[in-house]
Amino acid sequence: MANPDAVGTRGAPFRMDVERGKIREFARATRSTSPAYLDAERPVVPPTFLTTTFFWQSGDADPWPAVELDQRRGLHAEQEYTFFGPPPRAGTRLTCQSHISEIYTKQGRRGGELTFAVMVTEFRDETGRLVARGRLTGVETARPPAEQSRADEAMA
Amino acid sequence: MSVPAAPAPWTVGPVTRTDFVRYQGASGDMNPIHHDEEFARAAGFPTPFSVGMWQAGLLGTYATDWLGAENVRGFRIRFLEQVWPGDTLTCHGEVVREYEQDGERRVDVELTCRRQTGGTAVTVWSTFVVPDAAQREQEATDVA
Repeated sequence: MANPDAVGTRGAPFRMDVERGKIREFARATRSTSPAYLDAERPVVPPTFLTTTFFWQSGDADPWPAVELDQRRGLHAEQEYTFFGPPPRAGTRLTCQSHISEIYTKQGRRGGELTFAVMVTEFRDETGRLVARGRLTGVETARPPAEQSRADEAMA
Repeated sequence: MSVPAAPAPWTVGPVTRTDFVRYQGASGDMNPIHHDEEFARAAGFPTPFSVGMWQAGLLGTYATDWLGAENVRGFRIRFLEQVWPGDTLTCHGEVVREYEQDGERRVDVELTCRRQTGGTAVTVWSTFVVPDAAQREQEATDVA
């Protein structure tokens, strides 16, 4: 069961360097052939690239464990990225920080309570300007996910 | 200035474990449920299944080919059905709304990634600044 006291928990700021080779790897893994990613000298990041915080955010920079969602019943329900201008380019050094913004429950369509938790991550460039925001919504289902269809129920 | 017509639906697949693993390596999400057969079975699944963010990434590829990599301003993903090895996916998009905001032309689009069963794996609601003809030409020149 999620811990409602986790709301407001803030991770330590962490650094993320936006790199041309990493953009190329990510673009190719998502079947892109676009010269905007593969050939540009300083490509912008693809729309979902900021998920690569996986490589940069750990330990006290990651507030998600405070939510205490049961991993066996946990699913990624939604993910959102907002860009305040063109997406960041290769060569940008981002400073990022995450916090737990919401935890709430809903009744599932087939009964059983669903617990949602939201983590917001802000991405700032070298000047401190907010360039992007990520919003991850996780859900803990009443039963293990294998026993039910996925977000069909989760998002009811 | 006008919104370019949506490209033809884009078919990807049959998708393989290699697609999943390659995406996992690129993204850094190494959850074994997406590549470790024994782990997936122990968790009650018949085989590993794809990473939802991979399908979302395919929609990102489709959408930025359509409206421009630099123009994306919002990308909201909802994960629905799981995707399995052997599935064939079709990415498709349509314009929902065109409007003006902060002095810019914007367009909201809805993107879907469907399985061969007709079931929707992922839906995305995305916002782009509408590229004008001059900018599109410039981008084409930049990357030429």
